[in-house]
Amino acid sequence: MAKRYAEIGKDCVACGSCIRVCPVHAVTVWRGVTAVVDKVRCVGCGKCAAECPAGAITLQNREELA
Amino acid sequence: MKKRHWYDYLWIVTPLYLGLGCFNILFAWLGLLFFCLPLLIAIFGGSKAYCNRYCDRGQFFGVLGKTCKLSRKKPVPRWLKHPIFRYGFLIFFLLMFANMLYVTWLVYAGARELGQTVTLFWTLQVPWGWAYPTAVTPWVAQFAFGFYSLMLTSALIGLLVMVLFQPRAWCVFCPMGTMTQLICRVRARKQLRAVRETGRMPEV
Ligand code: SF4
Ligand code: SF4
Ligand code: SF4
Repeated sequence: MAKRYAEIGKDCVACGSCIRVCPVHAVTVWRGVTAVVDKVRCVGCGKCAAECPAGAITLQNREELA
Repeated sequence: MKKRHWYDYLWIVTPLYLGLGCFNILFAWLGLLFFCLPLLIAIFGGSKAYCNRYCDRGQFFGVLGKTCKLSRKKPVPRWLKHPIFRYGFLIFFLLMFANMLYVTWLVYAGARELGQTVTLFWTLQVPWGWAYPTAVTPWVAQFAFGFYSLMLTSALIGLLVMVLFQPRAWCVFCPMGTMTQLICRVRARKQLRAVRETGRMPEV
């Protein structure tokens, strides 16, 4: 499993730009409120974070997942 | 490469719409679609499918900023994405929309002459008479001029922040985006409460 995964912060405006670029379809927008990432699927490539206009996505290390 | 869908080409609608308005202002009426569709999808569908898939404008800024490399790709400043600014801008936009309707009503009531201008940034009057070739009922034309003014102004602001910041920086404070997200929040309030109580993000 990839070392990192994408986490969506509270600045998310649910625009869906991240959905377009994710190579593994790990992002969805939950009920038009916020984007959510399927951590299992996410390969931590960071494409979504580079795309997000709100700067709402940060990459987290999996080790920190307790 | 990711698979392309038909709706990935909708960005063409933005230059088409703005272009048509330069020839005949009455095309501005079509803009009501961009106003009603997202709201209907949010109210009845409870989703931001409009933003996520179909919105021509967000895509257009993406094409210009990313594909054409016109964006500096710098982070959007904090204050621009602060809820106070986002909701403030939404309220300001709705007030300007109401004002536009009021002016249309004045023209309808005969209390005001039809102004053949496009108002940029809510202040700058630009003569636009050439795009009004055949006279129609004055209020119909007035609405078109007013609506087109809003569309062109917001497009120009979007272009500016596209160049300065991220390609789709406009989406951060876009009134339609803010409004549809707000509607979706209200619709999902029960689930949101559960999310808050358990402290976990909703499952995907
Ligand atoms: S980091 Fe890559 S794989 Fe993970 S959600 Fe973002 S785009 Fe998808
Ligand atoms: S690109 Fe950013 S703001 Fe837009 S839905 Fe994804 S996380 Fe949210
Ligand atoms: S936030 Fe506005 S411009 Fe961006 S995708 Fe949604 S409706 Fe379109």
